[in-house]
Amino acid sequence: MAQARSRKRRIGMQIAEHATGIVASLLFLAPIVWTVLSAFKPAQESRQPPLPPWPTTGFSVENYATLNTFGDGLWLPAQNSIYVSVMTVVLSVIVSVLAGYGFSRFRFPLKDLLFVLILSTIMIPFQSILTPIFLVLTKIGLHNTLTGLVCVYVTLQLPFSIFMMRNAFDAVPREIEEAARMDGANNVTMLLRVMLPLVWPGIVTIALFAFLGAWNEFLAALVLMTDQSKFTLPIMMTALQSGRFGAIDWGAVQAGVTVMMVPCLVLFLLLQRFYIRGLMAGAVK
Amino acid sequence: MTSIAAISAPARPRKLVGAGRRQWIGLLYVAPAVALVVVFFIIPLGMTAWMSLHNWPLMGAHSFIGLDNYWAILRDTRFWNALRFTGYYTVIVTIAIFVVAFPLALFIERPRPLTGFYRTSFFMPAVIGFASASLLWSWLLNVDSGLFSPAAFELGLTEKKVNLLATFQPAFWSIIAMVVWKVAGFTMIILMTGLQSIPPDLQEAAMIDGAGPLARFRAITLPLMRRTLALALILSVAGSVLAFDQFYIILRGGPRNQTLTAVYWIFNQSFVSFKLGYGAALSMVLLVILVALSLIQLRLLRQPEGVD
Repeated sequence: MAQARSRKRRIGMQIAEHATGIVASLLFLAPIVWTVLSAFKPAQESRQPPLPPWPTTGFSVENYATLNTFGDGLWLPAQNSIYVSVMTVVLSVIVSVLAGYGFSRFRFPLKDLLFVLILSTIMIPFQSILTPIFLVLTKIGLHNTLTGLVCVYVTLQLPFSIFMMRNAFDAVPREIEEAARMDGANNVTMLLRVMLPLVWPGIVTIALFAFLGAWNEFLAALVLMTDQSKFTLPIMMTALQSGRFGAIDWGAVQAGVTVMMVPCLVLFLLLQRFYIRGLMAGAVK
Repeated sequence: MTSIAAISAPARPRKLVGAGRRQWIGLLYVAPAVALVVVFFIIPLGMTAWMSLHNWPLMGAHSFIGLDNYWAILRDTRFWNALRFTGYYTVIVTIAIFVVAFPLALFIERPRPLTGFYRTSFFMPAVIGFASASLLWSWLLNVDSGLFSPAAFELGLTEKKVNLLATFQPAFWSIIAMVVWKVAGFTMIILMTGLQSIPPDLQEAAMIDGAGPLARFRAITLPLMRRTLALALILSVAGSVLAFDQFYIILRGGPRNQTLTAVYWIFNQSFVSFKLGYGAALSMVLLVILVALSLIQLRLLRQPEGVD
């Protein structure tokens, strides 16, 4: 009797727990789902409050077409964002793999000082050095260029990604390297053929963080990209939402926000364990 | 493994030859990283300090004015208001994030069916950018085409559609809601790593000794994850002190400039009024605050985890 009652109570508890979990999940997912669905309403319907969130007068991509008529269209800022994010990923992976390998496997003068120097930049907010960065970029001819923005983004990624890569290389047993060296591998083949396959989870992690960082960054792009043709998606969408291109079209805003969110969500869902790994590595150390 | 060790043994003498030269090559590997950090971080940092001592307009010559910019900051009531607002926002939002994130962390830490789904859902807003999230919420908060005011009106909660962004209180709390939605999942994961590092037998032992859930939480969970708590706290504080995107995109510093944050004020001085020297001096103040916070962080984190 008592056993049956306690079992009933346990099942009741479980139902309550899952009900809480599902309600909380819906609360967190709702704004995202609401936007993605509303973006598919016809323009007329988009001006009304999104009740219900899904299109009621037919499915349409009108909002995306409207979005494409503002300023330089949708494709140019999207292209800029893709270029900046991909280049940030490529360069920060190359630079941090080299540096991680160097810091992990060699002893050279000033090594500890240089490592601390790079890591300590994480304490300084880049927001406070944006003006001089602007002047430095002007000086070296990268003012108002996407390449200049990439350089800034890569530099911002370095403390985290070099820290990650050094740990990844440190975790590779030295015996493997010595065996490869016996087989006549030089430094470069050692890094490419022997080490890279062993540290690739770390590389995926830093690539993911670099992509999300560059894709989502707002303030530096706002300050450094003054020419409309160089706008990245967040800057273009903010210009649109501020009424810079005339009356604010909320349907176009929903479409733009969807374009900005979807790559992040897809990458995260595909590479979730690398993301959590990176977070934990940062949290534990 | 034994075979590798066996062949590596005779390799030792060969490695000594030219080992010194080979070690120097390490400098070559780290050179690109060091160059980037020097050009795009160290030099700008030095320039910020240098520029803060100048009257430095965007166009035309700059002139050395000593500490005048800093004296001007002392009289700049709008900067102090911005700093005070930033502090207020930081305290409120940090408390709000923890109040939401801690129960979520406890909830997903225990393995049960669907935990993976819950964890992913809670975390999803954390991977979209602050700019996207702000644009999204600026729509949801819009009085005519948005969600909240029309929904409240339809449900009969308000007599007319209320513009949430027109007065300070509702505007401020709307931002808090948005930031909690966006950041709680992130803090949750950090806290979860701390929870998972607590040995389960400790909890079980306490349970056998008759400690209730609340007593266990206070006597075991909290002290054992002090370091994680400190980390989550510092990340939240540092992020909030530098808040800009959401106030710029959703509120444009309004209503009546009441939500200008420190970074927003520096942005206005440097890139709207183009007072680059003055902006640099303001940046130095912000920088000192952030470095001080980081040093506190290092102190908190260096304390070993565990019961005193």
